This record gives sequence, structure tokens and C-alpha cells, in this order.
Amino acid sequence: MKIAVCVKAVPDAAGGRRIDPATNRLDRSGELTLSDFDSYAVEEALRLVEAAGGEVVVVSMGPERAVDALRKTLAMGADRAVLVSDDALAGSDLLGTAQALAGALEREQPDLMLFGQQSADGGGACLWAAVAEQLRRPAISQASELTVEGGSVTGKRQTEFGYDTIRAPLPAVVAVSDAINTPRYPSLKGIMGAKKKPQETLGAGDIGGASESRTTVVGLDPPKARGDARIIEDDGSAADQVVEFLAGARLL
Amino acid sequence: MAGALVFLEHHEGAVTKGSLGVLGKAAQLFGGDVAGVVVGSGVREVAAGAGAYGASVVWVADDERLAAPLPQPRVDVLAKLVRDEGFETVLFAQSVLAADVAAGVAMRLGAGLNWDLVDLSADGVGVSPALADSVNVRVGWAGTPRLAVFRSGTFDPVEAGGAAEVRDAAVELEDFSELAEMVEQAHAEQQGPSIEDADVIVAGGRGLGGPESFSLCEELAKALGGAVGATRAVVDAGWYPYSAQVGQTGKTVSPKLYVAVGISGAIQHKVGMQGSGVIVAINKDRNAPIFEFADLGVVGDLHEIVPKLTELVQARRGS
Repeated sequence: MKIAVCVKAVPDAAGGRRIDPATNRLDRSGELTLSDFDSYAVEEALRLVEAAGGEVVVVSMGPERAVDALRKTLAMGADRAVLVSDDALAGSDLLGTAQALAGALEREQPDLMLFGQQSADGGGACLWAAVAEQLRRPAISQASELTVEGGSVTGKRQTEFGYDTIRAPLPAVVAVSDAINTPRYPSLKGIMGAKKKPQETLGAGDIGGASESRTTVVGLDPPKARGDARIIEDDGSAADQVVEFLAGARLL
Repeated sequence: MAGALVFLEHHEGAVTKGSLGVLGKAAQLFGGDVAGVVVGSGVREVAAGAGAYGASVVWVADDERLAAPLPQPRVDVLAKLVRDEGFETVLFAQSVLAADVAAGVAMRLGAGLNWDLVDLSADGVGVSPALADSVNVRVGWAGTPRLAVFRSGTFDPVEAGGAAEVRDAAVELEDFSELAEMVEQAHAEQQGPSIEDADVIVAGGRGLGGPESFSLCEELAKALGGAVGATRAVVDAGWYPYSAQVGQTGKTVSPKLYVAVGISGAIQHKVGMQGSGVIVAINKDRNAPIFEFADLGVVGDLHEIVPKLTELVQARRGS
């Protein structure tokens, strides 16, 4: 079985994410890291392939620096990585991103295409649905359990009303939730081995070109403040301070 | 030129509150030029009621093949309807189903989709909070149709009376849209007292480390006279029952006091509890988004702090 996992390299949360005032877009100039939510999809792909055999290919779109973030997926155990990177694709909206990923996936022809449940830097939780539409493949979203058997994939997902179990024939697109597994940490051997694994970079021309964004950013405003949040570091007295705070707010 | 179309999601014979809220917003923006669309099987009666909430026309796609709440057949119905009728604006209330439908329709029509909006103006500018709600981004569209998904609970339904004309929408399904099939739907059962009525909620998240640690939340909740809540992640992982889940796919609560224990504060959770009076958060990760909107944030080990806090509260309340 060949599994493609679509992942995103996002600005490191620890470095502080900010909007670039010149472009009104997320500032991606700093260090990039694998979006946390995507590590669950990578882990699930590795488990499926470890059980049934096959190959895990990681597919991403982003600046060239994103290869460093992709290397983490290789260190976890993915076999190779494909990065779609082109200035013409910078600032792509949902449709542009979905088209680019769909183009890269077409080249790979995987049996199963996995996504994380959302991106860690504010992306919408719906990219896979646009990719599935473009590829004309069935899709299952927010799966917290996944089984592949007899040429079809079955996913269990939580909705606003309870749990749905959905089955679809392969090839299929599945987005997994962060409840599906606990992602492994790369081993030292994995980290060393990752450097030798194949990494391919594709340009817009390889995947059918770039498309104009259909959405725009008009401007930025500060949000309405909720009031002054107070943050304390526990030095052993945190519980006492919480009780004082609650008493002060007449909640005890 | 036609106005706005609102996707009316329904469950057990009623349009969801979120969808009706968006319908009301659309009526406020576009006056009488607002239509709804209901997709399902045996849903004609569901559709008729939407007139009271702001729709002048409700399109109904009623077909056995649309019985299960799966997104792809709904993309077929909506995309055709938007194309045939020339709707310039298509609005959705966030849900697991609606997000997938919206993205599929956007792709099919080559239309711009903005999501997680908390507001929209009549001239086509939406407001989308970003970076853990630390900035409001004003977003627009480069052309029509304009597609938008609103954050859960943004608008309350407004019952203004009135009746909608019900029209039939064509159902022409693509071959790939029928490939995914619903095997089973298990609707959650209510267990124990509802958290929606509690004055105090102590909620636990993945930071608890395991299901056994929920006892920390239970003991603190008991000392405070409150109920226990949980995040989607831990409910999905089987640590705590679904009936306790707070957030987008769970319950929306607004207690006087909300204590978030080991909860990072993802948007999914935030939308279910941001209306709480006072929010206290305990988390070991200084960068957790919950600290952006907590009134009091404690950075530290919950396993140390929560038992101490429970003792102090018990002593204070003389229990």
C-alpha cells in the first residue's frame, strides 16, 4: 500500500507567530516546524505500513526552507518527501493550495491520502475536502479511528451529534484527528537516516501551474480585549494565589 | 443577480441553531434576498420552518441517496444550485459536515472561501480572528460567488415570523460522490447531570496525561460544587464521556467559573466556553493559547497544583 501524507511546515509557535504588516500575511521568515496536527497523520501512515507493508510519501507545499520540517517526518520513518515550492505559489489560498497538493498527489497515485485535522497556524480545517473534490476521490474527515481492509478504508469520526462510521473504497482521502494515536518521537537512528532519504522538490510547472487567489486580505485590527489576563508561574504558592483570586472574585 | 444562499444543516427533524443564526445574519445583511437550502431525505417539513428565521425561499433537495449526512453529495447539490440560480454569496455555520461541503463547493466552482468568520458586512468584508485570536484579519473575495464559513455560535437565531416559499433543487450526483458510505451513526447518550446548567465547571484536557487523572478534576469540581467537563481530544481518546465534552462538536457552556486543567485552548474548545464569567487555566506550557483568554493563568504542574487547590477550597468552604 502506498500512503501519501500531506503536511505543512508552519512558523514555530515558540518563536512567536506574527502577521507581516507589509503583506498582511503570516510571517513565515523564521524557523519552520512540522504542524503538530500533521504528526498524527504521519504516525497513522507509519502504523498502517508497518502492519501491511508499503511506502509512506510525505507531500507538502511551502518555501524551500520547509525541507527542514519535512526531515522530521523522514526521521519518524516516512520513506521520502516531496515539496512543492515555487514563488508563484506563495500566498496561495485554500483553492491554490488544494490544486497544488492535488497535482503532486496525481503524480504519486497513492492508495490512501492522509491529512491532519487542521494546520497549527490558523489554516481552515477543510483542505482535504477541496483536494478530494479536485481528485474526484471519496473523503472521510476527522477520523479518530482508521482501518484499511479489502481495498477500502473505514473511519470513525466525532460530529456535533455523536459518532459516525464511514467506509470508502481506495484510493481515498482521510483527515485524522489528534485523538487517533500518540505520534512517536524520531529516534537517533531515524534522525541520522533521514538525511539519506530521497527528497524531491517540484515547481508550479510540474503540477499544472499556479492559480490566482480568490480571497484577499483587506486589513488587520486588534481584537477586542478581554481584560488584563494575569499569568503566574507556580513557585509552590500557585494554589494559594488561585484561592485568593477566586475569593476576590466572590467565587468561593 | 441573486443574493445569499445559506446551507441549513439539520438533525433529527430540526435545522441546527448555528445554521439558523447564520440565516438571521444573512437576512439582516441582504434583506429579502436570502434563500436557504436543505439537503436530505424526508426533509420537506424541515425546510418550511426556515421562513420564520429569515429565508424568503428554501430550496429542498429531497432524495434517499442524501439521507446520510455525508458532504460530497451535498457539494453536488449546492454547486449546481449556486450555478443555476447565480447566488453571489453562500454562507455556512461551522460544523464537521459544513466545512467539508463548503470546501468542496469552493473547489467545484473555483470560488473563494473564507472561514472561521465572526462577522461579515454587506459590502463583502469578513472578520476572521487569527493567531489564537490575537489579531482580527479583515478578509475579502476577488470575485463571486463568495463563500464563507462562520465560527460556531457567532450568531443567535432570530425568529421574525414569515413563511418561505419551498422550491425543489435538482439532485444530480457525481459518480465519486456516492463512494463514501455511512456504515453506522451512533448518537451520543446523555450520562449524568448536564454541564450546561452548572455554575462551575472544572474541565480536563490531554495535559492530564491519562484517564485516571480525571479524578483530580472530579475532586476539585466537587469541592467547588461544580461539574466536570472535557475536551474533544480526551473524549475521542475514551478518557471521559461525550456528554461532558465542551467545544465546537460538544456543548457550549457559560458558567460563572471555568477551570481549565491541562487544556491548551484550541479554537475547537474555546468556542464552547469563551462565554464563561471567569476563566482560570492551569497548564505547564507557557505558550498554550488558553493563556491568551484566561483571566488567571497558572503555568505549572497540574498534578501538584490541583490537589493543593482542592484542599484549600475544601478548607475555605468548611467541607
